[in-house]
Amino acid sequence: MNLQKETKAPGGQPAKRKSMNAMVLRRMKNNKMAMAGLFILTFIMLVAIFGPLIAPYSATKTDLLHTYSLPSLQHPFGTDELGRDIMSRLIIGSRASLAIGLISMAGASVIGIMLGSLCGYFGGKVDTVIMRFMDIFQALPPLILAIAICAALGPGLNNCILAITISNIPSFVRMTRASVLNIRRMEYLEAATAINCSTSRIIAKHILPNALSPLIVQLTMGVATAIISASAMSFIGLGVQPPNPEWGAMLSAGRGYIRNYPHMVTFSGTMIMITVLSLNMLGDGLRDALDPKLKD
Amino acid sequence: MSEGKMKTGDLLLSVRDLKVVYTSAGATVEAVNGVSLDIKRGESLGLVGETGAGKTTIAKAIIGVLPDPPAKILNGEIILQDSDLLKLPEKEMRKVRGKKISMIFQDPMTALNPLLTVGDQIAEVVSLHESVSKKEAMNKAMEMLEMVGIPADRYAEFPHQFSGGMKQRVVIAIALACNPELLLADEPTTALDVTIQAQVMEMISVLQKKLNTSMLLITHDLGVVAESCDNVAVIYAGEIVEYASKEDLFLDPAHPYTLGLFGSLPSLTGDVDRLTPIPGLPPDPENLPDGCSFHPRCRYAAEECKHGSVPFKEVSPDHFVHCHMCHCEKEV
Repeated sequence: MNLQKETKAPGGQPAKRKSMNAMVLRRMKNNKMAMAGLFILTFIMLVAIFGPLIAPYSATKTDLLHTYSLPSLQHPFGTDELGRDIMSRLIIGSRASLAIGLISMAGASVIGIMLGSLCGYFGGKVDTVIMRFMDIFQALPPLILAIAICAALGPGLNNCILAITISNIPSFVRMTRASVLNIRRMEYLEAATAINCSTSRIIAKHILPNALSPLIVQLTMGVATAIISASAMSFIGLGVQPPNPEWGAMLSAGRGYIRNYPHMVTFSGTMIMITVLSLNMLGDGLRDALDPKLKD
Repeated sequence: MSEGKMKTGDLLLSVRDLKVVYTSAGATVEAVNGVSLDIKRGESLGLVGETGAGKTTIAKAIIGVLPDPPAKILNGEIILQDSDLLKLPEKEMRKVRGKKISMIFQDPMTALNPLLTVGDQIAEVVSLHESVSKKEAMNKAMEMLEMVGIPADRYAEFPHQFSGGMKQRVVIAIALACNPELLLADEPTTALDVTIQAQVMEMISVLQKKLNTSMLLITHDLGVVAESCDNVAVIYAGEIVEYASKEDLFLDPAHPYTLGLFGSLPSLTGDVDRLTPIPGLPPDPENLPDGCSFHPRCRYAAEECKHGSVPFKEVSPDHFVHCHMCHCEKEV
């Protein structure tokens, strides 16, 4: 170490400045699983967006002469108990299912993370008040809570999304709070205060990024649960209204015919599984890419 | 430093009668009991004492990051260039924190955010305090890295890619990035091994002299004090028991506690099998003894030490001792 050496102005090339974002992108690109997940998810979303253009039949038109047909060239995924083309229903149904899964989880995570970081950071009265409210929510099973909300607000897709959002907030609050409490003790937060970061900056820049990994996993798993909850809601008539298709509803409708016509549940179940799997792969990859400690 | 450079020797910081308590679950811990100290510009003051003596609490009180609750400042003044930091509104305090006073933390392993590059963490303090563009802040950060002996092209690396000693250098770079007038170094070398300790301390001293920064060096290592301080305050149970120039303290320690500290040091020349420790344990800060808080462990303790307040005596010019038993010319 040579201290006497004049500090040379490091102008010119500003080092090899890799920003965090660039690093995350590059790591995501190198992660085959994550890219596969992203690819499948993009594909499903495109199908959902352009659904009406690519669906071979109408999703609601019944054809009582061809009920319960097995997969064939005409109906690649077969038809259901009313002769509706399952492939078309899956394509159109992806819109409702994805909307429920993604929007409700996005909403629940944003609200949950905000409340949770407030609880974890400030502690004391704020913490007690918010957490006791969350306890009240969590005293009811999430599905029962969602059903109650839906029943109060009336059935339909939007209310269904709202209900699932609300019933999922507590778990996000709890998880964020636990993460934040852990990080709260770290000396770099004290250091951040000592260099004069504002509270919001500390939370946004120093706490949340460090608390994110468990939340990303929770988020991707949550999408799956949300789609399944939505199917339960549709099943009891509170979710997407028949005859409009929705994956979960199709799954539960096909349940009665599983012995004789398994294709009715297989395809809708597979779609849910593929979506959830791709989200998990993406989420896992994202979590790894966000952690600089893992080697490239 | 817009208000013109003050001359070396001017009074920079003056702490008067600072009293801090921690309250938790009904119990009150008296962490700092009436501490007064002065730091002149360019001076480096060592704060020496056992674990739990209140050293870190004093530093945190000065920079205003004591967690409240549980900590509470009951009394006292912390005057930095004519303004009492304890009375300053938060908005004004934010201009002081990180800019005029900055702090080096004890454990470099946890003092850096693992998700931000070291360069960005230095640039953050620059951009928080100076109206500079992102690019300028980055350049300043690189300059600081070079200054603490890290090549600037490691700007974009993350804390885990650095060794402990280098992390501590980054922490020092953050602390010095805005040319603070007062540097609070809270046991900057405790978490490092001995050779790195020497390097880091030398670097802190060199930079401190170069930038004409005042420093409050908290440590329990008398060797570090001898190396890099001008004056020393020995603190025991939240009170300063002896305050002197380094030379006076090392050549002529007066307080029984200081004598005990020196007695517990291994000597390189003598051949002694056992060190002479101070008997007993530091007092329970929830329940400090009456009178002089050191009297239960003091071998010179007399009846008068057990009750009432203890005088602050000046045993020789600028050498103050908090003790009944020290002989001296005058009381203060």
